[in-house]
Amino acid sequence: MKHLDEYRDPAAARRYADGIAAIVTRPWTIMEICGGQTHSIVRHGIDHMLPEGVTLLHGPGCPVCVTPPGMIDAAIAIASRPDVIFCSFGDMLRVPGNDRSLLAAKARGADVRMVYSPLDAVQIAQDNPGREVVFFAIGFETTAPATAMTVLQAESRGVANFSLLVSHVLVPPAMDALLGDPANGVQGFLAAGHVCTITGYRDYEPIARRYSIPIVVTGFEPLDLLQGLYMVIRQLEEGRCEVENQYNRSVRPDGNPAAREAMERVFAVQGQDWRGMGRIEASGLGLSERYVTFDALRRFPMIVPGPERASDCISGEILRGVRKPCDCPAFARGCTPGHPLGATMVSSEGACAAYYRYRRTALEPTA
Amino acid sequence: MCLAVPGELLEVIGDGPLTREGRVAFAGVMRRVNLAYVPEASPGDYVLVHAGFAIAVIDEAEAHRTLALLDEIGPETGR
Ligand code: SF4
Repeated sequence: MKHLDEYRDPAAARRYADGIAAIVTRPWTIMEICGGQTHSIVRHGIDHMLPEGVTLLHGPGCPVCVTPPGMIDAAIAIASRPDVIFCSFGDMLRVPGNDRSLLAAKARGADVRMVYSPLDAVQIAQDNPGREVVFFAIGFETTAPATAMTVLQAESRGVANFSLLVSHVLVPPAMDALLGDPANGVQGFLAAGHVCTITGYRDYEPIARRYSIPIVVTGFEPLDLLQGLYMVIRQLEEGRCEVENQYNRSVRPDGNPAAREAMERVFAVQGQDWRGMGRIEASGLGLSERYVTFDALRRFPMIVPGPERASDCISGEILRGVRKPCDCPAFARGCTPGHPLGATMVSSEGACAAYYRYRRTALEPTA
Repeated sequence: MCLAVPGELLEVIGDGPLTREGRVAFAGVMRRVNLAYVPEASPGDYVLVHAGFAIAVIDEAEAHRTLALLDEIGPETGR
């Protein structure tokens, strides 16, 4: 497939890894924000192609992993009502709340349906006028415009039996929170190419300045990732801390203006709880005043998301880049994708699941 | 979750500002995709698709430049 295959050539990847080795003079710790990038890095063994001393940390960029368990509990409570059809992206179905997952609720009779696009949920609402149809709106800035358009279409089509349980999250405030934590040793960032396709990268410039840290907007294919790493390391070696764009075939400085406008119309920025990370100010999106009638939590006011219960799972520290999956005593023993104890194991983009899938035999850090 | 996939826009269907759609070919699969966020897209363009929405038209010139940069580093450092 054009625009994919040319970024997967193993010989070129090897050459690029050599190029990185040629400029590295010191150890560096770099974090990729996005779970899709984590998956690609572990799958293609990109971290193992890097010279010794260059460490990759995996960031909190898996929206499924960071959705607070209390919100999943609320989703299950709504989905379990007999008058409701509950629609969700497939990734979210297996993620446990404090007690169980949406899939378990479905097994107990809840009408839970997996959709590919949120627009499918509006169609389901139109086809089932006697039921309340609720869409579980999760995701980063990449996905928020899809949700926004769904609200705009529901409004223009007059679909009154449709609402959304919104748990959208924003990347820059989470990066800010990570960097503000003294326990964290990140020296450079790969920013998420698809998030920046929507938002552009102006919001990252104050972060690069405040923390004197290079940030490179990066794509998802092996050669994109290697080139992004090369650009970060070159900045580190030269003592620069700028925002650069590796993924400029899709990312423009100001992002996608039409998508941003729809997001700004439909949503308002608000404080948000992140699973394992606690509350981060101004890091989430809720429906704006004009569209609150589409808020499922207003439609079902008896359902209130509760707090996250404490557990032994260290996924909070993994999401913050303080520890790695192999540091968890439960990894691949008590905790597997078939029997996940935490969200970073249940989502295929979670760091624990990526390590389980591609690194099970390499529990020790490989030399 | 933030996965977005490039595909070729074959045909544009519908022209409402919210409901402009297109037929997009991915490796072996055809899908209907909402084009509201890429008003500039026309047949023959490659678009980046996420959750049923095209979120960018892929810039062919920039794609070329990225690949050229990738090529550049090889000879310089090759073993
Ligand atoms: S291996 Fe399981 S228990 Fe350990 S941090 Fe990962 S998800 Fe949590």
